[in-house]
Amino acid sequence: MNAMDTVVQGALLGGLYALFAMGLAVIYGVMRQVNIAHGDFIVLGAYSAFVVVAATGLSPFVVAPLTALVFAAFGYALQRTIINRTLGNAILPPLVVTYGLSIIIQNVLLQVFSADARSIQIGALGTASVALGAHLAVGWFPLIVFGTALAVAALLEFVFNRTSLGMAFRAVADDPEIAQVMGLRDGQLFAYATAISLAVVALAGVFMGIKFTFAPADGPNFLIYSFEAVVIGGLGSFWGTFAGAIILGVAQAIGFALNPGWGILAGHLVFLAVLVYRPTGLFARSAQ
Amino acid sequence: MSLLAVHELVAHYGDFQALFGVDVTVAQGECVALIGSNGAGKSTLLRSIAGLIPARAENVVFDGTPIGAETAPAIARRGIALVPEGRRLFASLSVEENLRMGTFSRRPGPWTLARVYDLFPVLRDKRATPALALSGGQQQMAAIGRALMANPRLLMCDEISLGLAPAVAKDVYAALRRVRADGLATIIVEQDIELARTMSDRAYCFTHGRVTLTGRSAELTRPQISAAYFGVK
Ligand SMILES: Nc1ncnc2c1ncn2[C@@H]1O[C@H](COP(=O)(O)OP(=O)(O)OP(=O)(O)O)[C@@H](O)[C@H]1O
Ligand SMILES: [Mg+2]
Repeated sequence: MNAMDTVVQGALLGGLYALFAMGLAVIYGVMRQVNIAHGDFIVLGAYSAFVVVAATGLSPFVVAPLTALVFAAFGYALQRTIINRTLGNAILPPLVVTYGLSIIIQNVLLQVFSADARSIQIGALGTASVALGAHLAVGWFPLIVFGTALAVAALLEFVFNRTSLGMAFRAVADDPEIAQVMGLRDGQLFAYATAISLAVVALAGVFMGIKFTFAPADGPNFLIYSFEAVVIGGLGSFWGTFAGAIILGVAQAIGFALNPGWGILAGHLVFLAVLVYRPTGLFARSAQ
Repeated sequence: MSLLAVHELVAHYGDFQALFGVDVTVAQGECVALIGSNGAGKSTLLRSIAGLIPARAENVVFDGTPIGAETAPAIARRGIALVPEGRRLFASLSVEENLRMGTFSRRPGPWTLARVYDLFPVLRDKRATPALALSGGQQQMAAIGRALMANPRLLMCDEISLGLAPAVAKDVYAALRRVRADGLATIIVEQDIELARTMSDRAYCFTHGRVTLTGRSAELTRPQISAAYFGVK
């Protein structure tokens, strides 16, 4: 494996991490809250698509947007019925509740699917690749994931910066009290944010399930990658999160190339280095 | 009938009681000043009216409807707008976005971006800049403009001269006079007692969470006000 190849494969892996991380960034960006069950929702997305693909024989690329729609509706309902009740001045209740959700999801998945690893098959596309120069070939599927992540980042940037909904999202994050005085219902906004987050999470989950094998307890790792990407990128911009995820993917790929046991560790080290030297992240838009 | 009637309003922050049965009314088209020393409870009253501090329905009656128990967004939609103490513009929004925030209360009326920019021309030039890049006076104008964009029936201004150079404060109040020219009911909280008196039709003086003096602004005398201010009998 040459160095160029390592970096490119890492960047493509980063595309998947970007999808992981943007769902987390949406919720943090609007509610200033971390959804501890985020990684478990990614895994749940993968299992959901796995079941539907097995039952219907539909292509995973058709099932992915359907899963995203269902997850959006589920996210909206979850936020309105449960998580909104935990919001207040204390930061702990929403953490505890989403931690509880995490445990519930893992155990339900374990009951239903056992601990065996599964994966979602996409046939020949899974191994098809395109040559970029003499020594470099990239898989079609990682390219699709990367392109999807770019599109999602662009779409989220558009929604947050160019629409009334996005303006309301930023306002409620800045000053929830005054946002209410302006006539905004924060519970409703939070539900929209969770809906958007879970739609992205579902896409991320399906793609994850195609790329990797997955098991019920995999979620917390994905939460950590997401969190690391968000922190590396810095708050306030989805392009920042995207870049943070690419850096994380490249760091893991380089670590892995040096020694197969060092991949994840290298990612953590880059994350820690950013925390120490640039705690606001590398591409933070605002100094908050 | 008054547009706003606050009756026996109490307010708490946790165990701390900030208002002890306050009665305040504002008539259609009237300007009412709230004065009183620091911590007297003026902002708490405005925050209670705006729905940020819970009250009982009958404690706040707006246009004949008991609204004390409604949420802040519901009250905003009824046409009560607050220019909060310290301005509190949205940091990650541009000047124009801050103004547009006023439109979420979905109230049609005469106030539009164009009219706010006519009132405060400097904001037009700065409309794309981040709100917190404005000077203090400009931020105050943006906070007033944001409230006006809601086309309120009652405008509540909490210390809009706070931290401003006297000349700038004068400009801001001059603009408020123009805003009020067509009879917008207004509550102002103002530390400068002379300014408060000349701006308002009636005034209430607050001391330790109670109204200790009230009357027509032109008729209140200095000694009366000082006595009420310092709780001297
Ligand atoms: N968030 C809060 N938590 C606890 N106590 C508060 C809070 N806000 C205000 N208080 C207390 O309530 C009382 C009334 O405060 P309020 O802000 O209404 O006074 P004010 O008349 O507006 O004063 P100022 O002129 O300084 O703005 C004060 O004793 C203050 O310390
Ligand atoms: Mg005050």
